[in-house]
Amino acid sequence: MMTTASDYIARIEGTCGAESDIIVVLKFDKKDQALEKIFKKAILKNKIAGMIYDLRFEEYSFRVYASGKIIFRGIQSKQTLNKILDALLLESIAKKD
Amino acid sequence: MVDYYENNNANVHRGMHSLSLEATEMYEKSRKCVANFINAKASEIIFTRGTTEAINLIAYSWGLYNLREDDEVLISLMEHHSNIIPWEITAKRYGFKIKYANITSDGVLDVKDFENKITPKTKIVCLSHVSNVTGAVNDIKYLSKTVHDHGAVLLLDGAQSVPHMPVDVQDLNVDFLAFSGHKMLGPTGIGALYAKKSLLQKMAPYQGGGEMIKDVSFDSKSQQCSINWNEPPWKFEAGTPNISGVIGLSAAIKYLKQIGMDHILAHEQALTKYAVEKMKSLDKISIYGPTDSRKCGIIPFNITGLSSHDVALLCDSYGIAIRSGYHCAQPLHQILQLQSSARASFYLYNTIEEIDRFIDVLKEIIQTL
Repeated sequence: MMTTASDYIARIEGTCGAESDIIVVLKFDKKDQALEKIFKKAILKNKIAGMIYDLRFEEYSFRVYASGKIIFRGIQSKQTLNKILDALLLESIAKKD
Repeated sequence: MVDYYENNNANVHRGMHSLSLEATEMYEKSRKCVANFINAKASEIIFTRGTTEAINLIAYSWGLYNLREDDEVLISLMEHHSNIIPWEITAKRYGFKIKYANITSDGVLDVKDFENKITPKTKIVCLSHVSNVTGAVNDIKYLSKTVHDHGAVLLLDGAQSVPHMPVDVQDLNVDFLAFSGHKMLGPTGIGALYAKKSLLQKMAPYQGGGEMIKDVSFDSKSQQCSINWNEPPWKFEAGTPNISGVIGLSAAIKYLKQIGMDHILAHEQALTKYAVEKMKSLDKISIYGPTDSRKCGIIPFNITGLSSHDVALLCDSYGIAIRSGYHCAQPLHQILQLQSSARASFYLYNTIEEIDRFIDVLKEIIQTL
């Protein structure tokens, strides 16, 4: 069966607060696999407290937590978010710059 | 709750069989326990799904018969959305005006503004006892006198006070009090509304169904039903109630009473004072709301350079659960000019050692920024 990004994602939640962040919660049993894929494709910009990673992929910046949560900021639409997640989590789409 | 499901599982007020009678006895005993906890009478306690449903019940049921186009409802800007939205919805239906009392820059009620905004047109005042964002405690005894002097009634949102301090509805002289079980060691989906009996008797039911009627007789000539309501509190409990939840709530109350609400309050105040002092000594941390004795065990804060969600996720990585965002109180955040806030809160089970661990985690987060 074909793998999809949702195979790695438990939940996507919009946060409350003026920041309007989106939190992507990775499935616990797929978390390590998903993070490995993300780190292969995105560029590490900063590492905080040994468990937060500021990453950049194409024109999008986001923050990954070792606990398997990702915060996206300034993403305007669900389609854009899905496009980024597909690119990060599925094989053979985009590589590091 | 387990005992109820294993040994007495039946609907209440419905059957003549033993199980139903036992369940009814447990249910009504629980009502007495809840009433006793806030110094009310059992007939003044209506079980709801929680604070939100209790406030909605008042907005619709009391509001339907008491609020007209020229009337005013006074609420404050420190309210949880559950004490704003029901009034905003019903204002559109009944045509009354909502006034908002301001808060000061340290997140407490601006009493002068409150007193300026209450008028002879004010029919009901709806206030939090304790802010769910800043932990600020309102002087309800004083405010209640002002409300009654103006001929209005007072609805108190006790979601953040009833679990944390002694609350006596007679001493405070409130007309309505709403609170939730899940914030006081009870199950989710259960809460209670206290209402003075004289007010309940004048209110029509909010929902219709079983248990809330005495009789429904059908007149075949007119093809109409004629309905007689049940007595309060059952008049306001349509349908099968959350029986196990009610029993669970009373078990939680018995546990809290064993410890003593005075002890719980003192413990939380000691934890809060200790945590605030430690947090104040840290760089890059801003604390909002009062930091003196006018507050309960809630500390809203932010760390410069991180969003509140970052702080919450970081704390989560260390096994510490705090909330982030608006905490369902967006107007309050707007007034305090905050995008959002992180919120640490304490209860009877927290310890000084846990506060120390929390402070160490905050230090670690700040150091690596």
